[in-house]
Amino acid sequence: MATIEEVKKLAALARIKIDEADLPRFTKEFDAILDYVGQLESLTVGKAGGSKPVLRNVFRADGEPHATGAYTKKIVEQFPANEGDALEVKQIISHD
Amino acid sequence: MTKLNELTITDAARGLRAREFTVRELWDACAAAAHAKNPELHAYLEIFAADDAAIEAAQARIDTGDAPMLCGIPLAIKDNILIDGHIASAASKMLENYRATYDATVISKLKAAGALFVGRANMDEFAMGSSTEHSAYGPTKNPFDTTRVPGGSSGGSAAAVAAHLCIAALGTDTGGSIRQPAALTGLVGLKPTYGAVSRSGAIALGSSLDQIGPLAKSVEDARLLYEAIRGADPLDATTIPDGLYPAKEVGKSLRIGVPRALIGEGVDPDVRATFDATLAKLEAAGHTLVDIELPASAYALPAYYVVMPAEVSANLARLDGIRYGHAARGKTLLDDYLISRTEGFGEETRRRILLGTFVLSSGYIDAYYHKAGAARTLLREQYETAFKNCDVVAFPTTPSPAFAFGEKSDPIAMYLGDIFTVTANLTGMPALSVPMGTVERGGKQLPVGIHFTAPHQAEAALFAIGGAV
Repeated sequence: MATIEEVKKLAALARIKIDEADLPRFTKEFDAILDYVGQLESLTVGKAGGSKPVLRNVFRADGEPHATGAYTKKIVEQFPANEGDALEVKQIISHD
Repeated sequence: MTKLNELTITDAARGLRAREFTVRELWDACAAAAHAKNPELHAYLEIFAADDAAIEAAQARIDTGDAPMLCGIPLAIKDNILIDGHIASAASKMLENYRATYDATVISKLKAAGALFVGRANMDEFAMGSSTEHSAYGPTKNPFDTTRVPGGSSGGSAAAVAAHLCIAALGTDTGGSIRQPAALTGLVGLKPTYGAVSRSGAIALGSSLDQIGPLAKSVEDARLLYEAIRGADPLDATTIPDGLYPAKEVGKSLRIGVPRALIGEGVDPDVRATFDATLAKLEAAGHTLVDIELPASAYALPAYYVVMPAEVSANLARLDGIRYGHAARGKTLLDDYLISRTEGFGEETRRRILLGTFVLSSGYIDAYYHKAGAARTLLREQYETAFKNCDVVAFPTTPSPAFAFGEKSDPIAMYLGDIFTVTANLTGMPALSVPMGTVERGGKQLPVGIHFTAPHQAEAALFAIGGAV
């Protein structure tokens, strides 16, 4: 059983806020989903279920980079705030 | 004469080559229909202005006689597939103003083939849902009955094709998001083999499950669109080369595996009757029905609703309000994250992020995530065993036809609609939904689909059986 406190903690971990008013309903629905996926507990995996899918090397050799700066302008345009080509963020270490 | 926007890809391509109409006339017919019907259906989040250069280039290629089949064909593109310079919001407030900085690989391929893009199709936010009711911009309506959902998450793509607001469309499928809306709107929808189509430039939901695929008016159209977008891609390391899996011969007569034990309860009687009648028709046409068993199937949906949220919580962690997307500002950096994510994500998205965070947490990862991984392997093994005695496996695509808006407000009721489609995503096998008839609800005839799964890279078997339906 998930408690309201647990859901609040998960939300904090996921960097999301759930409104206090929505918490009881949200927790109830969350609990129902966990109960449903909990069916997995009854699954016993013996010899079966241990095989590997087709494995292969998915890495490629380094090379063929795109031209430096080819995407810079477009990406900078997506920044919420910028200083030149740099992304501007809050100062998190203060010197006081 | 059929209106131009009502044509299939095959017929439109033939008409263009026979000089019966021009690329411009075909575009205008689709764009006009889109503008006329979109206020009612809300299939598109945005209808693009005509790209004159692309239209003229397509016409020139057709005139010189060496154009690919998709040249000059207007398509709808789901809003989670990047088109350079256009907004790609994944129907979320989080990406409301996000403008794609490059083309998805599938878009590069379609542009090279001369295809045209009518607009961005509506969807459930980040492709989480089966009805488009989770779109941050309001739901899409089913053209067969506007009081009902078109299915989802590629519901906008489905409604756009079904209402002839384009010739065909691309969607994405993580647990049935192409096949379920195709079934509910009378279309053909394909979820290709995992790795057959590049995911580069598709906004990720569940990375081990997602595939881009076609929604089309005919099996042949779905095949054409699939052939145009498929292929290994250096930008997506999970794409696979041709011939990775043993080739399957597709004969004239196919063996259709039917897991009878799974199609009993939960399926509407008239959907079941339509399914049985379709199988009988296929048998009469020379195909063979084979009884098969897939006992691990009961674990497919629970396993899916562990794996998918786990991947969601990881994939959506990048959306933090710092580099792009919705960027709210509070007092501290932590506030920036919290406010941006809380304002940017809708309820279902938040629910799945939390669920994913939970199943991956150290105390529970063995009970949920690792168990789900084992269920996945078991399912793949059971399908591989079944495929020794059959070429394709048949199910109804959905247990019921399109449901009414608000009918499935309980999350689990919504999830249960995916019961027949999620397995193909868990095993990575290709699957196709084809219209099998209609059933009556509230005085309206609503389409339902039959669903076929084939072994990895055996799309040819799907097109063969789909063509036979």
